[in-house]
Amino acid sequence: MTLQLFLLLASALFATGLYGLLSQQSIVMILMGLELAINGIIVAAAAFWFYLSADRPDGQVLVLLAISAMAVEMAMGFAITTAIFRARDVDMADSASDLVG
Amino acid sequence: MLEGVIFGICALGAVVAGITVFRVDSMARATFALLASFLFAAVPILLLGLSYLGILVVLMMVMEMLIMAVFMVMYMMNPAGLMPMKMVHNNKASIGIAVAVFVMLAAGVLLTPWPAAVTAAKTAAATTAMGTDADPTLALGMDLMGPHMLVMIVIGMVLFATMVAVVVLATDRGRYERFGDDLRRRSPDDPVRGGLGR
Amino acid sequence: MTEPMLWKMLLGLILLGALGYATAAWSAVLRAKSSGTPAVASWSYPGRETARLLVRQRTASPGADTMLSRIGVVLLPMAAMMAILVIPLGTNAITDLSVGVVWFNAMEVLAWAAVWMVGWGSNSVWGLVGANRFLAQGLAYELPHMFALITAGVGAGSLRVSDIADHQGHLWFAVYMPVAFVVFLLSGLAFSFSPPFAQAFGADIAGGAAAQLSGVDRLLLRTGRYLLLAAAAAMSVPLFLGGGAGPLFPGWVWMLLKTLAVLAVLVGAGHRLPGVRMERFTEISWLVLLPLTIVQALAVSIFVLLGWM
Repeated sequence: MTLQLFLLLASALFATGLYGLLSQQSIVMILMGLELAINGIIVAAAAFWFYLSADRPDGQVLVLLAISAMAVEMAMGFAITTAIFRARDVDMADSASDLVG
Repeated sequence: MLEGVIFGICALGAVVAGITVFRVDSMARATFALLASFLFAAVPILLLGLSYLGILVVLMMVMEMLIMAVFMVMYMMNPAGLMPMKMVHNNKASIGIAVAVFVMLAAGVLLTPWPAAVTAAKTAAATTAMGTDADPTLALGMDLMGPHMLVMIVIGMVLFATMVAVVVLATDRGRYERFGDDLRRRSPDDPVRGGLGR
Repeated sequence: MTEPMLWKMLLGLILLGALGYATAAWSAVLRAKSSGTPAVASWSYPGRETARLLVRQRTASPGADTMLSRIGVVLLPMAAMMAILVIPLGTNAITDLSVGVVWFNAMEVLAWAAVWMVGWGSNSVWGLVGANRFLAQGLAYELPHMFALITAGVGAGSLRVSDIADHQGHLWFAVYMPVAFVVFLLSGLAFSFSPPFAQAFGADIAGGAAAQLSGVDRLLLRTGRYLLLAAAAAMSVPLFLGGGAGPLFPGWVWMLLKTLAVLAVLVGAGHRLPGVRMERFTEISWLVLLPLTIVQALAVSIFVLLGWM
C-alpha cells in the first residue's frame, strides 16, 4: 500500500460521485453522488494523514470535518427536498430551476 | 502483503459499488450499494490505523443510508424499479467529465513527487516526545479539545444551525397551527400525540 | 488470524448461542405461565420451534426483492455475533479493540439495515410499515443510547471495554451512573426489537417487517433478535456491572451469571410492560431521556475531574 494507491482510490470515488452529481435528475440521487465524492475526500485525507504527517493529528481533524460536512449536506438536502416537494410536488432538479441564472 | 490484498479487494469493491449506485433500477438497491461502497471504503481507513474514524464512518453511514432509504421511498416515482426508466440528463457529457476528472486527478497523483513517507518509526518518536500515547484516537481527542478547539466549536455550531434550519424547512406546521391563532391553546394540537400525555 | 483467536471466537459464539437460547426459552416460559399452560415444556420450545421452521418451506411474494431480504435476515445474527467480539469474558475479549464501545454501537446499528432490508424486500405493505416503524424507533433510542455508552467511557477514561470493566474496582458504574445504566437497558430492548419495543413486528400490522417471512428466514430473524438482546445484556455487564469482578468464582463465571441476571430482568420486564409505540417513545426519549443522559454525562465528567472515580 502506498499513498498513490490510496489517492487513486479517492480519485475514483470522487469521479464516480461527480458523474452522479452531473447526470442524475432526482435530487435524492444527486445527494448520493455528493456523498460518494465526499467519501473520496475522506479517504484522501486519511491517507495524507498517515503518509505525510502522522505525527500530527491535523489530518484526522480534516476527516472529521468531511464527515460533518456529509451529515450537514444530507440533512439540508432532504429538508430542502421535503420543502420543495410539499410546495410544488417536485422531486427533480430539472423542475426546480428557479435560480438558474 | 495480506493488508495489500485486503486493500485491493476493498478499493475495487468501493468503486464498483459506487458505480452500481447509478446503474441499478431499484432505489433500495442503490441505497444499499452506496452503503456497501462506504463500508468498503471504511476498511482502508481502518488499515491506516484510524480505528475510531473508520468505525465512526461505518456507524454514521449505516444510519444515514437507512434514513435516506425512507426518503427514497417517499419521493421517488418508482422506488422499487419494477418498471425501469432512466432518470438522467446529459449522460454522455457527465461520463466524459467524470472520466476526464479522474484522469487528471490520477495524473496528478502519479506525477507529483510526494515527500518520503513519514511512517511508523518517526510517528512513534514524535508521539513519545510529545508525551502522549501512540493511539491516534487519543491524539485526535487531545487535539480537538486543545489546539483545534475552534474546529470543534464551529462543527458544533454548524450542526446546531443545521438542526434548526432542517426542522424549519421540513415542517409545514408552525406554532399557529399547534397553539391556535392567538397562541392561547394550552396543549399543542398535533396530528400524532407524543408520549408525555400532552 | 491466529489459532487461539479462532478458538476464542468459537467459544464466544457458542456462549452467545446458549445465552440466546436461554432468552428465548425464558420468554417462552413466561408466556406459558401467563397463559396457564405447563411451563416445563417451554424450556424445549425454542428447539422445537427451530426444527419446525427448518423443515418448513420458504415462501416468497411476487415482486419481492429476495436479494435484499436474504442479506437482511443473515445480517441480523451476524451483527450480534460481531458485536460480542469486544466484550471481555472475565479478563480477555476475543479482540479487545481500543474503540470497543464504538465498535459495539456500529454493529448494533446494523440491525437498522437488516430490519429495513427484510421489511422492504418482502414486497408487502406491512413489511414496509414495520421497517419504517423500526427506523422511527431507532431514531428515538439511538441518541440517549450513545450518550449512555459514552458516559461509561468518560467514567473510565477509555473506549476499550476491558478498561471500563477494570475501572470499576471499588464501585460499579451502575451506582455512579444509574440513568445511563437504565437508558442502556431500555435501548438494548429497543435495538433488539424485543417487547415492549416490538411494535415494528406488532400483531396490529400482521407481523410487520417479518410479515412475509417463513421457514429458515423467519428462524434467522428470530435468532438474530434473541442474540442481539443477549449481546446487549452481555455488554451491560462490563460497562455498568463491574465485568467479571466478584468473590469466590473466576471472572468468566461472574460474567455469565450477571449476564443471565440482566437477561432475566429484561425479558421479565418486556413480558410485564405494555407495548411502547415508537411515536410515544420518540417524545419521551428526546424530551426526557436525552436531557437526563446529558446531565448524567456532565455529572460523571465532574466526578472524574474531582477524582471520585
